[in-house]
Amino acid sequence: MSTFKKTTLALALAGAALASTAQANEVEVLHWWTSGGEARAANVLKDLMESEGYGWQDFAVAGGGGETAMTVLKSRAMSGNPPSAAQIKGPEIQEWGELGLLGDLNGVADAEGWDELLPEVVADIMRYDGQYVAVPVNVHRVNWLWANPEVLEAAGVEMPTTLDELFEAGEAIREAGFVPLAHGGQAWQDATVFESVLLGGQGSEFYQQALVDLDPEALGGEQMIDALEDFKRTRELMDEGMPGRDWNIATVMVIEGVAGFQLMGDWAKGEFTAAGLTAGEDYLCAAAPGTEDAFTFNIDSLAMFRVTDDEELEAQQALARLVLEPTFQEAFNLAKGSIPARPDLDMSEFDSCAQQSLADFQRTAEEGGLVPSMAHGMAVRADVQGAIFDVVTNYFNDADMPAEEAAERMVSAAEAASF
Amino acid sequence: MANVIRRQTPAARLFRGLLYGVLILAALFYILPLVVMLMTSVKPLSEISAGSLLSLPQNPTLTPWTKAWGEACTGMRCEGVGGYFWNSFAIVIPAVLISTTIGALNGYALTKWRFKGSELVFALMLFGCFIPFQVVLLPMAQTLGWLGISSSRAGLILVHVVFGIAFTTLFFRNFYVGIPNELVSAAKLDGAGFFRIFWRILLPVSAPIIVVSVIWQFTQIWNDFLFGVAFSAHNTQPVTVALNNLVNTSTGVREYNVDMAAAMIAALPTLVVYVLAGKYFVRGLTAGSVKG
Amino acid sequence: MRDSLPMKNTSATPLGAGAKRSTPSGGLQAWLPRLVLAPSVAISLFFVYGFMLWTFVLSLTSSRMLPSYDFVGFGQYSRLMANERWWVASTNLMIFGVLFVVICLAIGSLLAILLDQKIRQEGALRTIYLYPMALSFIVTGVVWKWLLNPQLGIQAMVQSWGFESFRFDWITDPDMAIYTLVIAAVWQASGFVMALFLAGLRGIDDSIVKAAQLDGASLPRIYWRVVMPCLRPVVFSAVMILAHIAIKSFDLVVALTGGGPGYATDLPATFMYAHAFTRAQIGLGSASAMLMLGGVLAILIPYLYSELRSRKHG
Repeated sequence: MSTFKKTTLALALAGAALASTAQANEVEVLHWWTSGGEARAANVLKDLMESEGYGWQDFAVAGGGGETAMTVLKSRAMSGNPPSAAQIKGPEIQEWGELGLLGDLNGVADAEGWDELLPEVVADIMRYDGQYVAVPVNVHRVNWLWANPEVLEAAGVEMPTTLDELFEAGEAIREAGFVPLAHGGQAWQDATVFESVLLGGQGSEFYQQALVDLDPEALGGEQMIDALEDFKRTRELMDEGMPGRDWNIATVMVIEGVAGFQLMGDWAKGEFTAAGLTAGEDYLCAAAPGTEDAFTFNIDSLAMFRVTDDEELEAQQALARLVLEPTFQEAFNLAKGSIPARPDLDMSEFDSCAQQSLADFQRTAEEGGLVPSMAHGMAVRADVQGAIFDVVTNYFNDADMPAEEAAERMVSAAEAASF
Repeated sequence: MANVIRRQTPAARLFRGLLYGVLILAALFYILPLVVMLMTSVKPLSEISAGSLLSLPQNPTLTPWTKAWGEACTGMRCEGVGGYFWNSFAIVIPAVLISTTIGALNGYALTKWRFKGSELVFALMLFGCFIPFQVVLLPMAQTLGWLGISSSRAGLILVHVVFGIAFTTLFFRNFYVGIPNELVSAAKLDGAGFFRIFWRILLPVSAPIIVVSVIWQFTQIWNDFLFGVAFSAHNTQPVTVALNNLVNTSTGVREYNVDMAAAMIAALPTLVVYVLAGKYFVRGLTAGSVKG
Repeated sequence: MRDSLPMKNTSATPLGAGAKRSTPSGGLQAWLPRLVLAPSVAISLFFVYGFMLWTFVLSLTSSRMLPSYDFVGFGQYSRLMANERWWVASTNLMIFGVLFVVICLAIGSLLAILLDQKIRQEGALRTIYLYPMALSFIVTGVVWKWLLNPQLGIQAMVQSWGFESFRFDWITDPDMAIYTLVIAAVWQASGFVMALFLAGLRGIDDSIVKAAQLDGASLPRIYWRVVMPCLRPVVFSAVMILAHIAIKSFDLVVALTGGGPGYATDLPATFMYAHAFTRAQIGLGSASAMLMLGGVLAILIPYLYSELRSRKHG
């Protein structure tokens, strides 16, 4: 062993100059904003940092909606060398907080008045044990229905506002020779459609009981069976090319008039915008059928890891402050299709869908109906989410499984995952 | 061995026709994905969404290639995959050299200096080939942290050496088993030492198996993604990570032509190695590494 | 680094001393081979067996997002046994592994025999068969996804040639999707097996075959009865390499099907990864890793034993 150790030590010395941890007044940021539009928008933040004299070390890892990035983050944490900031969201922030790895942003939060600035539901997610440990980047709405108006016109249908209308419109669209509902057969997309259908058919109170509170009676009850049956019916509106299809390819089907509808979060807007289309004219957006009084949110955030170096700490605090800077909030959310995490900004640059999104967000926050998205990791911890995904996607793809059996499996999924 | 079929008879001619038919069909199957990649990489984006996979490019363009090399976004930097190439080489070259050297010495010690339990040692090491890398990710991360080389090139090189020596040892051991022991025994009697025998007798005949070992290791390490992404930092990411960032981006318009060009670029070194050294590869396998 | 010291010593030693050292118990030289092997053995013990032990310990804990040492006995194993997806993954590995190994051996040996008939352009063909081994599925995944997609790939292509009723939509069918993985995996590895067999064939003494030909045996019969038995060691190497590829198959699943439809194409490696990393269930993931390694051992050890033994006696 000694021979080898010496060799590795020698190599380590050789590599020391290249070792990565952020130096002095720099932050190393782990994220998965890798598409051209996102990268340009995120560069605004980097420029803001650099204009104040801080360095930005970019550590991007794409794949699986952040799954790969999370693997890397765990590996970095295990080696005792986490990045200064990482894109972490939802309940996972709490898990990292429990491990004692996150730093404290209360100083910035106090100075900037985050308590007043941020909506309560957003601020809650950013806090662990009463302390701010993360900063929100945006608010996505998941329960959207996107449509191609030309297809709707050709089929002679309107934007559906209930599930029944959706199925009727779907029939008409199919008869007119189009794919009614564009979809990609990946577990998270199945779950996205499932939660929107459940919300539309059973309402936000049931959504909260079943998918957030994991109430076994709700999970295994009649309403769940109804929701599952509605969900399975949407499959009849889809085409056979869906397995493994990426969501943005499904969006392209709507853009090109191959398909009529898509149930997808507002990041789909990035695709419509990139194709040069205008909201309300070239494509339509509306709350998923039956969910106009609800809002399933998906919030991206940057969590800050505990650092010891004073200068790095200072850079980290600056980063937290600048994320909520209006210029970045506006640039980033225009590119992502989401709405800013702070509701006090001028929304005139944003399109009609985003303006509606903000209005609905504020309305549902007051009147109820604002719920976290299960499919996007905002409602339950990763293990429960994974177990529910398994049930949902397996039920959806198995022609023979009755909804009753799937509902039973839902109950055991919520139980089995917790240890 | 080769059996020459007499060419004159009609039956033999038919046989050879069939033979070529089967071989060419098989070749088409193997080459198909590469052809699709290559053709897609030189089509403008509009042609890709309009035409079928195998339609020939109407207006071939090299823009996707230049974009993939120097402009595509792999994070906030939009400088293409070109720069990551050198990161990969900086990891692959030392890792291949070190693991091959260790493998050669191991194979030599295991075959020409057998001792009680040497077979057991070999079997023990062989099992290392079968560990799925996902399993060792976390303990490896912790170990690299202990050694103080997490997120550095040295750490990545260590990881690849550690999980490469099982294979290189296997290759060299199987090759050296086939080298007559008499030469070594005679040299031992003449008083030549361990390293002298290796240097003078074994190494000069090892070229074929060194080629096999180098090709194998080069391919494995170059193509590695999991270790590369988990144990690198922002400035040491290998090209596979950049490729993944380009290809697996979940938002924004997918530029398939750029994706394909980037994939081809990332694959180029291993492809070149296989095409140029493939002959020696088969020759090296012939020379003995296949002897179980 | 330390290796270099004894090396200089030995090369400088006079002849007489060397003769003395050739006795079994003699001095440094007798220990050198062991010394050379020691680092590798230590590495194996630590990085392979140590990590396995560590994984086993974790499989007895309730570890979630990062390892913790809160022991829960064999609870994770019983949870695993009750997990339907785990059984799907294990069954898939059986189906995938057996088909992959058998088909690769069949195609590899067939192509090698055909290529061995003094073929023109042998080098080019060989390179074409071999190149997929140079590429990872990170590179070729997108293309494979396209080819297997009924609306984009092979089905659409054949239908556009006029065969309207042609179906190749396995990837959409939970019962058939696993076979699409076999196709892509065979594409990648069979050329390599071909190279192994070709190398083996070139290594066989021509006179054996000539003798059989003189006896009037037909060509297929000669290959089956005379040549194949000589290639037994090749088969051994090929099986070892193929088995290790099958067990480690991960990129393949991620790139082609993402485990879908549903989780119909999950394999133990992807199951382990999904639970340990994506789903913050390191305890359960570790338990699945241990069962997977146990399975590997159960198959490998008898095979290794019989092969190594039969060669010693044969």
